[in-house]
Amino acid sequence: MSDQILFAMEVTLNGLMAGVMYSLVALGFVLIFKASGIFNYAQGVLALFAALTLVGFQNGQVPFAHLINAIFGTNLHHFGWHLPAVVAIILTAAVMVLLAMIVEKFVLQHLVNQAPIILFMATIGLAYFLEGLGDIMWGADIKKLDVGLPQGANEAFEAVTDSVFGFGLYIDNLDIVATVVAALLVLSLTLFSQYTKYGRALRAVADDHQAALSVGISLRFIWVLVWSIAGIVALVAGIMWGSKSGVQFSLSLIALKALPVLMLGGFTSIPGAIVGGLIIGMGEKLFEFFAGPLIGGATENWFAYVLALLFLVFRPQGLFGEKIIERV
Amino acid sequence: MKDMNSEGYTTADGRKIGGVLMEMKNITLRFGGVAAITDISFDIRDGEIRAIIGPNGAGKSSMLNVISGFYVPQEGEVWFKGYKRGPMKPYQVARLGIARTFQNIALFDGMSVLDNIMTGRLTLMKSGLLSQAMWWGGAQREETEHREKVEKIIDFLEIQSIRKTPVGRLPYGLKKRVELARALAAEPKLLLLDEPMAGMNVEEKEDMCRFILDVNDEFGTTIALIEHDMGVVMDLSDRVVVMDYGKKIGDGTPDEVRSNPDVINAYLGVSHD
Repeated sequence: MSDQILFAMEVTLNGLMAGVMYSLVALGFVLIFKASGIFNYAQGVLALFAALTLVGFQNGQVPFAHLINAIFGTNLHHFGWHLPAVVAIILTAAVMVLLAMIVEKFVLQHLVNQAPIILFMATIGLAYFLEGLGDIMWGADIKKLDVGLPQGANEAFEAVTDSVFGFGLYIDNLDIVATVVAALLVLSLTLFSQYTKYGRALRAVADDHQAALSVGISLRFIWVLVWSIAGIVALVAGIMWGSKSGVQFSLSLIALKALPVLMLGGFTSIPGAIVGGLIIGMGEKLFEFFAGPLIGGATENWFAYVLALLFLVFRPQGLFGEKIIERV
Repeated sequence: MKDMNSEGYTTADGRKIGGVLMEMKNITLRFGGVAAITDISFDIRDGEIRAIIGPNGAGKSSMLNVISGFYVPQEGEVWFKGYKRGPMKPYQVARLGIARTFQNIALFDGMSVLDNIMTGRLTLMKSGLLSQAMWWGGAQREETEHREKVEKIIDFLEIQSIRKTPVGRLPYGLKKRVELARALAAEPKLLLLDEPMAGMNVEEKEDMCRFILDVNDEFGTTIALIEHDMGVVMDLSDRVVVMDYGKKIGDGTPDEVRSNPDVINAYLGVSHD
């Protein structure tokens, strides 16, 4: 087999894996959009905040250390312990649930029955607030995140492809873990929303607030529930991204890559977030590989958006989005 | 009024009506400076079909929204099952056993008929979040039990054939019926119907009338309904409250109300001479 084809295969594989990472972020968007019709701009920052908190807990960092030191003239940095990854993850999940409650109490509750654009604006505010809070709490430096996930080249895969093609394809163990985790997340979220009473209540709230109230559903409870789930999904995304490229503030910009993923997959579809992510990830890597050299490269910055735009023109509800039924 | 006392009374067709289930005392509801309801009192008795009628803008829907907790009145008291009800959120009222339908139909359009009706049973489902999330323990058994109850209601309202259809695709009359089914699924003590026949043709109206009477008869559900159509109301209900410009102008059996001069004036207009 020619090198060119083999190389294209590796690029495809790489793209798919990058796509899984996009999907993890996109999932959080879909959850909140489905349940409340809000496009949660803060989803990417939620992932950043979760990752920062996780690293902070693991390393026994003192939250707000800089602020405390500045006010009291102390010199605190660390508690001097290291928490096991599992404990730190559970604690961080609890923080995300707490954050969901705070967001509901101080933001969402006051914006009931407002137009979606108002809520969208509120989430923009929330995004920058959280980014600032993360900075003050844990510091702005790039942190290394290690929760014990396997990293580096998967040798078994390399050996198998080597014996088949005579060329070992590279795949990162971390990417394999991310794929498995994403699949499990999608499966459990789908089952939860289809077959449990809370899932049904969630879909009900998404559909009609008045009707949901009339059957005894507490909107506040559902909002806390859905923001908690989105927070935990953000934590998962934060762990994966953080393990891959360190916890840094540019993590919140990944949120923007989730946008074309959502346009492609449909804002209301959980499987759509996955398939959309895969298409975008693979598409942009392959496009860069084939067309990049011809037009001067750096196509990854815009290709996803152009692809999404094309989809918007021909299929506005996305691949898996609910077709809007309007009886006239 | 026939032998009416706190113990209840017997209707013309021989049904026993019980004591007071819900009592509205001196309710006043204002939106800004505009009074939608002014000092209205009436009661709803256990097992009866109670109608609230009145011309457009009389405040009927507002009254229903007060009962179901969507509006909180500025003055007056709401008593239910012998207890004074504090200011409550609509979902808390629903959990007390008061189910309702809406004038403009509020269904979950994206969900199937079956799922819509299942949401009616949410308040009756007991298993907790963790059990539900893990789908262990009672969660699965509970789902099956509630499905059986829902299937009975589906049979009762004769909507078997559209069980799996997304509600958004249904015609108007059927949507109204699904909304009734969802309210019934909650096994309410008191069922509130906001213009159940609005926009229906004669045949659909007859069906709806039959269902309302059957619900009252078979499940003993107390029903309070708002209606425009005088003819329908008079045939259906045991007692009628008449409202006009936010005030109560009549209260009694259909016959009493029909002969009340204030009611005649409100509906036919007063001659200014």
